[in-house]
Amino acid sequence: MIFAVDFLKPFTYEFFRNGLLIATLAGALCGLIGVFVVLRGMSYIGHGLSHAVFGGAALAAVLNLSYFLGAGLWGLASGLMIGRVARKRIIGADAAIGVITTASFAMGLALQARFGQAKQSIDAVLFGNVLGVFTGDILAVVGVGILSVVVVVTLYRKLLFATFDPEVAGVSGVNVPGMEAVLMVLLSATILVTVRVIGVLLISALLVLPAVTARLLTNSFGRMLWLSPVLGAIFGGVGMYVSWYADVPSGAVIILAGTLVFIVVYSAAGVRRRGRVAGMDHHGPSLRTA
Amino acid sequence: MKPSASNSSGNAFPAPLIACDHLSCTYGNGSVIEGVDLQVHPGEFVGIVGPSGSGKTTLLKAMLGSIQASHGSVTRAAGLSVAYVPQLETVDWNFPVTVGEVVGMSRPQKSWWPGSSSSEREEIEEVLERLGLGGLEQRHIRELSGGQQQRVFLARALIQKPDVLILDEPTAGIDVTTRHEILHVLADLNEGPPQGDGIAIILTTHDLNGLAAHLPRLVCFNRTVIADGTPSEVLQPYFLERTFGAPMEVLQHGGMPIVLEQGGDQLRLRLSRKGAS
Repeated sequence: MIFAVDFLKPFTYEFFRNGLLIATLAGALCGLIGVFVVLRGMSYIGHGLSHAVFGGAALAAVLNLSYFLGAGLWGLASGLMIGRVARKRIIGADAAIGVITTASFAMGLALQARFGQAKQSIDAVLFGNVLGVFTGDILAVVGVGILSVVVVVTLYRKLLFATFDPEVAGVSGVNVPGMEAVLMVLLSATILVTVRVIGVLLISALLVLPAVTARLLTNSFGRMLWLSPVLGAIFGGVGMYVSWYADVPSGAVIILAGTLVFIVVYSAAGVRRRGRVAGMDHHGPSLRTA
Repeated sequence: MKPSASNSSGNAFPAPLIACDHLSCTYGNGSVIEGVDLQVHPGEFVGIVGPSGSGKTTLLKAMLGSIQASHGSVTRAAGLSVAYVPQLETVDWNFPVTVGEVVGMSRPQKSWWPGSSSSEREEIEEVLERLGLGGLEQRHIRELSGGQQQRVFLARALIQKPDVLILDEPTAGIDVTTRHEILHVLADLNEGPPQGDGIAIILTTHDLNGLAAHLPRLVCFNRTVIADGTPSEVLQPYFLERTFGAPMEVLQHGGMPIVLEQGGDQLRLRLSRKGAS
């Protein structure tokens, strides 16, 4: 009985309940958007965008603007600039991201060094702070989460087609640049509302870990799309809970929890895959010619 | 000196489905195809032959509208539905997608929920069944034979109920039996009702004897149209050398032309000498 009481103790604190809720929601949201991040090779974009958001957040703090307004506009502008620069083949997307987002991050660091003492909130963006969560943060994650689910469900086939086979999708009437833009907006919004929970330095891992783990568990896009958010939510919730006892920043524990699950699944999938290849010598029914 | 089937048959089919008119396309540093005049009419089955790098894929993409013309124009009949089957090597085989998902993705999503309606599921099953892929819906695309993989992408094109089917190298990298199967499927689709669907087909190929010689109309292509007509009109040493840049011999066997590469004897001689020494 003593243990049971002990394990439930953190739940008696409101800030812990809020933190657990937002970590779970943030994990689920990153898991959902992460499917596209992983399959489209956008993880470096996610990494870059979070760094860009940091610059915007620092600027907003110094100017006493709202975080969401400052970081949001800044992130959006960076995303559009990356898209614009990367379209020039001669530069390449990765280099474009490197230039634009690292410059933004450097500006954030400079502002933090100059004004960091007075503006504690800059620190929170860098490392994440689950326990300083306000209702507004939770509502923001819920809002972007609902938007993402609605968009992914209603545009499902177009998003799948444009992600799997952009050339043929374009020929078949799918607005491929439009789908890319939609995903960029969702990714930016996701980073914007979750970065204060996980931290700039760890957010890209939360975008990738649930999705790659889900990928190892299924060969179906549809199944990956619900499995990844479930895994993300588990990583977020479990990581948050363990961080209470480990007395370690929650962002770090969330990522470590995800990494541990990934390693277990990866090892198991290796065994399973070898078995499947060995049993692959049978072909389907032969073709019927009329 | 072009035997031009398209002109002579032009009267029988007044409106072409797709017409290239002095078409040129350019990528950055120079034109890939130049001054192409080509018309495809309802019910036709056209093979485009040429060496790699001759601009065959570019021509297909221009006809599909995914590449813009730098000169001239491509005209598609109003309301024409064109479906494309890409070359298998361009597909991302590690993508998590099942056979059913590949076929379903090309259907416009009519309701807010992405799952297939029961009528759509029936249609998908029917197409898969017809192409000999019944029961494979849940399989990952990598877990299929080469011929099955080709047919999955054919199924995705067919579910769009196209008037024109465009295939890029549909028989590259698959074995002889499978090539035969694919050709029979395409012939069924091309055949008019009641048996077939009467879909016009355009494909590119390297395979002169195994595929091209069986088609009703061939276009020899190297940056532009070198010759256009029936296989016996087009598969002639003069055109082949201009298309492939190497001398070739043509034999007749049972009324069908067979193309032989010249210089094969010398190569065999060299290799056999090497084996003897």
